[in-house]
Parts: sequence; C-alpha cells; structure tokens
Amino acid sequence: MTWAETILARKANRSHVDAGEYVVARPDAFMMHDIFAADVLELLEKSGIERINDPDCVTVVFDHMVPAPSEYAATHQRKARTLIRKYGIEHFFEGGRGICHQVMVEEGLVKPGDLVVATDSHTTTYGALGAVSAGIGSTEMAYALATGTLWFKVPETVLVWLENQWQDSVCGKDLILSLMKTIGSDSAQNRSLEFRGPGAAAMPLADRLTIANMGVEMGAKFALFPPQRESRGSGPYAHEYSLDLSRLEPMVALPHHVENVGPVADHQGLEMDQVFIGSCTNGRIEDLRDAQRILGGRHIAPHVRLIVTPASREIYRQALHEGILEDLIQAGAIIEGPGCGPCFGGHMGLLAAQERCLGTHNRNFQGRMGSLQAEIYLASPLTAAATALKGVLTDPRDVLGASQEVIQ
Amino acid sequence: MKEPSLRYQGRAWVLGDNISTDLLSPGHYVHDPMQTRLKHVLEAVRPDFAQGVGAGDIVVAGKNFGCGSSRESAPMHLKDLGVAGVIAESFARIFSRNAIAIGLPVLSCPSISSRVKDGEYIVFDLRAGEVILADGSRLKSERLPDQMLDVLAKGGIVPILEEIGRSMRS
Repeated sequence: MTWAETILARKANRSHVDAGEYVVARPDAFMMHDIFAADVLELLEKSGIERINDPDCVTVVFDHMVPAPSEYAATHQRKARTLIRKYGIEHFFEGGRGICHQVMVEEGLVKPGDLVVATDSHTTTYGALGAVSAGIGSTEMAYALATGTLWFKVPETVLVWLENQWQDSVCGKDLILSLMKTIGSDSAQNRSLEFRGPGAAAMPLADRLTIANMGVEMGAKFALFPPQRESRGSGPYAHEYSLDLSRLEPMVALPHHVENVGPVADHQGLEMDQVFIGSCTNGRIEDLRDAQRILGGRHIAPHVRLIVTPASREIYRQALHEGILEDLIQAGAIIEGPGCGPCFGGHMGLLAAQERCLGTHNRNFQGRMGSLQAEIYLASPLTAAATALKGVLTDPRDVLGASQEVIQ
Repeated sequence: MKEPSLRYQGRAWVLGDNISTDLLSPGHYVHDPMQTRLKHVLEAVRPDFAQGVGAGDIVVAGKNFGCGSSRESAPMHLKDLGVAGVIAESFARIFSRNAIAIGLPVLSCPSISSRVKDGEYIVFDLRAGEVILADGSRLKSERLPDQMLDVLAKGGIVPILEEIGRSMRS
C-alpha cells in the first residue's frame, strides 16, 4: 500500500484499503484557527452538543487576525475564547505564539503516521513529518469533533522521485513551484503526492514543510514524505515523476494562478512595490537566514516596502538571537509579529490597484491581498530578498555572485 | 416523508477554470457584514453575477473549481445567493466537501463548460449522475456515493448534528 493507504487503513481499523474507497477514520489530531474556531464551537452549541469527543486531541491557534485589526475580529475572538473554555480545549495558543501549522510542529502536536484534520487548507504541511493531513471546513470540523470520526475517500497516489541535491541558490520553494508547472493540478488533483528518493531522504525539515504546505496548491489531498523515503514504496502509483534536484533554478509564480510558473531568469526586471517574507510556507528561521544572506549590510531599494513576518515566536526569538532581525531592520524591513498577516489579505500589508507584490507565501489569486487590480508573485526567500534589494524581480544568483566578489 | 429528488433545473452561469475561493469569498471582506460580502462574489470574473444571479440558477465551470482556502463561505455565499448547484469539470476537494457539508449540490462533469452556453436552461440530476442540456442531449457525470447524496438530501450536516445533539440529551 502507499503511505496514504497505510495510514487511512490503520485509522479506519482495516487491514487493507484501496484507492477510490470511502472509509470512516478516526483522526489523531484536530486543529482550528481564529477565523473558524468560534463558528465550529458555536455550531456544536446550537446543535445541543455539549461535549466534544476528546478535547485532548484538539488544538486552537489564534494566528489569522492577530492582534485583532477590527472590533469585529476582537468580538469574534472573545466569543471563541469563551467556547474554548466551555469545551475544555487546553491546547489553546493565543495570538503571538505563531502560525498554526508551525505551532503544531514546534509543540509536537503532530507525529509521523498521524491522521490530522484542521480548518485550514495548508494542513497538508504535516506531510513533511510523514503525517497524513488535510484541510476541512468548519461544518465538517463540528461533526468530527462531536463524533471523533470523519469520512475520507482513499486517494490515488502520485510518486515524486527526487534525485541528487539542489544548488545553494534554490530551496524547497523552487522545487514545489517547479512541480506546479510539471505536474500541476491535472495530475495531482485529489491525489496523494508521495515524495521519495535520495533527494527527499536528505532534505531538511524546513524545505519539506514548504513543499508539503504547497502541495494543496496543485489540488493534492495529501503531500507526504513517508518515514522511510530513501527507497521506493510499494505503490500502487497512478503516476510516477522523477526530478533531478541539481538542475533546479529559482522559480516564480506569476499572476493570477500558482501554476503560472517560470524561471526567475526569464522575468527579471519587473518592478515591485512590496516584498513579503513570511507565512506558513516560508517564514521559518532558515528563510530569514536566507534573507539575511542577501540583505545583511545592505539596504533595500528606496521605492520598495519589505515586510518580514517570522512564522512563530520561537523563530522570532531565534532570529533576534542570531542578529537577523537587526540586519533586516537596518536593511529597511518592517518586522511584524508572528501570524498570517498579509498572506491571505487579512491585514498588515494589503495592496492598492496597479501595485505589485512579490511574496514567499502560497497563493497569488486575484484579489487575495487587497485590490483586484493588484498583482502577486510568489518565490523563494532568496529571490524575495534579492528583489527587495534591487526593487525589481531579481535572480538571487546575480546578487549572491556579487556578494562573493565583494568578499574576495 | 418522500425522498428529495435531487434534480434541479435552472439558468446556467458559465465560468472558466480555476475559480478560486478568493474570487468566491475574498479574504479581505471576511469580517464584513453578509450583505457586503455577497456583493463581491465573483466580481473579478463576472461583475454582473452577484446582482444578476437568481434563485435556482446553476453555476457551470471548468477545471479545479473552488481551489484555495478551506473557507466554507465560498460555497455558502453561492447558496445564499440562491444558486441551486455547481457543475464543474473538476473540483478542489475541500470545496466539494464543504459544499456537501452545507447542502449545496455539486456534480463533476467532463467538458461541461464547453457544452453549455451562458444563460442556457439546463437540468442536473444527482441521483442519475447526469446533466441534460437545453437541446435534450445528456452528459454523463460522476455520481456521488449514496452517503453524500443522503447528506445533501438532508440539507447538509447541520441537521445531522442536531440529531446527534438530541440523542446526547435523551
């Protein structure tokens, strides 16, 4: 069986399942964030359901609208806090602790082989740990919390075999953007992606988290790095792809869809108004170190606004400790508190008509960050930092090359 | 009680591929009053939609309908505007799960967006798993499993939660 089939069979108490079957399974962990927690718990309350199946398996993280940017959000969160207490949910993290997916990983609330559901599409992130995880809506979450169960269609699996290692100027973001183009939703929709091979076995957790996180952008149900990933799994696989990581180059997603991807080198020179480094996709310490590599001792272009959002309080403290935040502030960045902020167009960095933003986040749909006439580009933290430095879309290899010359 | 037929007839609004949850329910308005949020549904691709759509109309679209966020407001806004159901060549999985959970019928039908004209009156039948066009031609569609049809027949998961709540009290 594939990794998705193995875990779904285990959680459905079955010895074997096949792709295409519907099973009722018992997830190990359930997570909600501030946008939906109140809706879910209110729905339970209104339905007369006074207790949830197992509060110890439930986590709530406030990360989207924090600190509350409006009275509405503040009221919504106040209501959620009351209900979180009422239903006995002890794994509750207030605004400032971090973005929900990063917090789940840092707090050890997800383990390899777990089945996890959460009210957020980027729940695929935990596939980086070998957990089988997917987003659901608030009504389904209410049902899952009440009963401890949920139905799943066992997906077909697509094997992505990774060979070799990438160059210093690329990272997991460039890999997943590249896969958007080569695999895309035509092959990945509603399927489980299973990453294996020497390149997957050697890959750092931060990059695996980025890749699994964005698996959902090509419609994947799960994006999994199984625990034993150096060898080929037993399948069956609906498709098999093989990728030589050493040939990867910096990639960018162009407006207005994530699959509209090309090499940064082919689109250099596009003027940017804002650069955003953060989100559950690329707001980790490794990403901030990449930004420092390019921006340390330099200053961003005068017409650009650079917004940096560490994905969690732990990352914020680590970046402070390493002097990264000092360097980025000197370079002209605005450092925001941990949270989802501008990524989903909630607050803290929206765009006007005709403005362009290059971000390290995960979606560039029309209207996502404010105006319908704004343009969003997605790339790696290295490309984002190089672009903030120059004020125009810039291949990080140009800037990294230049900095080595300076050192020599 | 007679089982609902799960057969719908209505006027089609034909949209393209990759209609995202940001187009259906922009995150920017997520905390605005419902009337404001409904005004912005699909405004980037069909500025006439929110004003013009009527009760019983059917949304027809290409591939990957509802891609993006897990926000349930995406199918809910369509339902609130009176849409009877969505027929698309394919759906993003969270959108189709959410649609069923809130009682908005969805049907996958290959090549539907090129077969239906905007404004055409069409029929779709969830139990038969087919779409009938104005000229009488029938298109086979992917039939949802019986459990999902049962949820839709009940109007979504909310009535099921209410049953659970009643059984917990008694």
